[in-house]
Amino acid sequence: MGLRSYIVTRILLTIPTLLLLLSMVFLVMRVLPGDPVALHFEKKAEPWQLENMRRKLGLDKPLWAQYADYIFGLIDINYVLAYGYPNLGKSMQTYEEVGGQIFSAFPATLELAIYSMIIASVMGILLGVVASKSYNSILDHLIRGFGTVTYAVPIFFLGIIFQLVFGVFLRWLPTGGRISSSVEPPTGLTIILSMPSGGFIYNFLLSSIAGLAISAICIALLKVKRVKFRFKGFAISLAVFIIAWVVYAYVSWYFVLKGTLQIATGLYTIDSLLEANPVKFVESVKALLLPSLTLGIILSGIFVRLTRTNMLETLRLDFVTAAKARGLKESTVTYGYALRNAFLPILTMLGLQFAMLLSGAILTETTFSWPGLGRYIYQRISFRDYTAIQGAVVMFGLFVTLVSLVVDILYAYFDPRIRL
Amino acid sequence: MNKVKIKRSILAHLIPGFTSLTKKGPSGWMVILGLVIVLALVVMTAIGPWIAPHDPVWYMSPKIRAPPSPEFPMGTNHLGQDMLSRILVGGSIMLQVAALSVLVCFLIGVPLGLFSSYVGGLFDSTLSLVIDAVYAFPGLVIAIAIAAMLGSGVINMALSISVVYIPSYFRIVRSQVLSIKELTYVEAAKATGAKWHTVLSRYIFPNVIPSIVVVATINFADAILTAAGLTFIGLGVTYDIPDWGWDLKNGWSYLASRAWWIITFPGLMIILLALGFTLIGEGLSELQNPKLQR
Repeated sequence: MGLRSYIVTRILLTIPTLLLLLSMVFLVMRVLPGDPVALHFEKKAEPWQLENMRRKLGLDKPLWAQYADYIFGLIDINYVLAYGYPNLGKSMQTYEEVGGQIFSAFPATLELAIYSMIIASVMGILLGVVASKSYNSILDHLIRGFGTVTYAVPIFFLGIIFQLVFGVFLRWLPTGGRISSSVEPPTGLTIILSMPSGGFIYNFLLSSIAGLAISAICIALLKVKRVKFRFKGFAISLAVFIIAWVVYAYVSWYFVLKGTLQIATGLYTIDSLLEANPVKFVESVKALLLPSLTLGIILSGIFVRLTRTNMLETLRLDFVTAAKARGLKESTVTYGYALRNAFLPILTMLGLQFAMLLSGAILTETTFSWPGLGRYIYQRISFRDYTAIQGAVVMFGLFVTLVSLVVDILYAYFDPRIRL
Repeated sequence: MNKVKIKRSILAHLIPGFTSLTKKGPSGWMVILGLVIVLALVVMTAIGPWIAPHDPVWYMSPKIRAPPSPEFPMGTNHLGQDMLSRILVGGSIMLQVAALSVLVCFLIGVPLGLFSSYVGGLFDSTLSLVIDAVYAFPGLVIAIAIAAMLGSGVINMALSISVVYIPSYFRIVRSQVLSIKELTYVEAAKATGAKWHTVLSRYIFPNVIPSIVVVATINFADAILTAAGLTFIGLGVTYDIPDWGWDLKNGWSYLASRAWWIITFPGLMIILLALGFTLIGEGLSELQNPKLQR
């Protein structure tokens, strides 16, 4: 099986998995004993209030109709185009669209996840390599002990200790939030566009130049890839030219009418850099440091263990001895030869750890008042807002499925044996 | 003859004499250390109500949030309750939840895995797809969703945690049975006319036990941490039951008052309990798979 057919199969397999996940969430939230509406009011409501809420949320329909609403709501493209996020139902608390609240909370979780994953993998792999190099020494035992202890530490306990030490006693770092309240959140790069003086013709010509430039890049890329520039290459570059022209013309027309162009990622550390605002950058890094360290340290234990065992195996192989015999530097052999070969199992683990990362993120966000999806769930639980919890769980499911898809494809790309 | 041998090897793993474990190097010592920690904490929790200096819930000293002193060795919390007394009895909910969830996982995950991989075919592949979907999902999110629907209480917490960890039992049992069922002795058993349930329970199951024991001990540690997490999120026990997780959450809400003793002691107890089970699990898995030990 080639890489392409593997990818297609893998994507097709995602559909039943997703459907299963969504059905399970529905099963848990609607079919398990416990009526969400009654639970929301904690038995302190009149029957008409319950009826009212059921009608507003569509919970008075038969179960199969609710299920259909739920599934078809999620894949409703018109809704996505109109609102910018999928239909995840309405909140029990405010009757607002849950999707909007979840999508505005999502970048915070993403930022925390990215940075703690970087901390976990760098720290874990480095410690693992050190442990395997000094095998069976005191350092090795200490690092192994660290790996075992991180497994047993409740993540929020580590977070609270960090808050206590660095936030309350030393007052070095903030104990919560994404950015200090004295600073406005960064908005990203804002470009103010003015109407081009030449009007339509000028704009049209400008976009054709842009199209030419992009197709020139495309031709250069084709040259590098050594595609025969007879028919195939010509067709590709022509298509790219036309597409680039149309897209550029449309985009410039749209933004010129709007007046400004906003480039924002939702990640405060990156947005503050785009805004070229060092104060905001420092503030957001300060706020990010403790939560990402908490999550990173807890997750690094698994990387330590995995790197250590894989490195120990690899360091004994013949090619490592051969590299040493040729007189290569110790660090070149370790990092350039052995670690590269021990890396594949670590990559798989990275994908599997993702679910654990998100579990940890819920607790970390709660501890540090980090306004992401985890804290959203925490707050909604205290309001007994079951539709919002369901929406957040669905969002987590979509996210995890997407990430495991990407990791599997990456893995197949790096390791041809998987495709067999 | 063979059966006796298998039984002996299982017993050697399950009820290990300390002497035989000490001969097995660092992994054996890990298991012993873990067992000692777990047993000590279980005994402490069991006799806690009798040795606690004060009533853990209803005794309230006028000295609120008092730091550790000879009178209150671990200080008092925001209600003036004695932290030492609460620490001594506070593990019971966590231990109950963890034990119950391990039991439920074992009773559902193991038979399901045995049966599914033995039968094979469409049943097996469908079930595996379902289980893998649950396995890939962030465990705490499932536990939160189910616990939120079922409400608080020991049994509900245990059930919501079980759902998260059934897949690990299923997967390990399934992968083991897939290789065991091809072995010649299983074929021989079938040839003698043994029924499928006899083959499963008497010929295959005993060979799976050692790896289930490892999964179960690690599951114990995970269940304790998940139970603590659920309590922290606000889905745990109510205020009138002493619990380490609840104390930790409570201490966290008074963080600004610098009362480190309300936070540190319950947290360390949770770490110790989870560490005990982790040590047992890791040590046992290294004993079974010496390749990991290097």
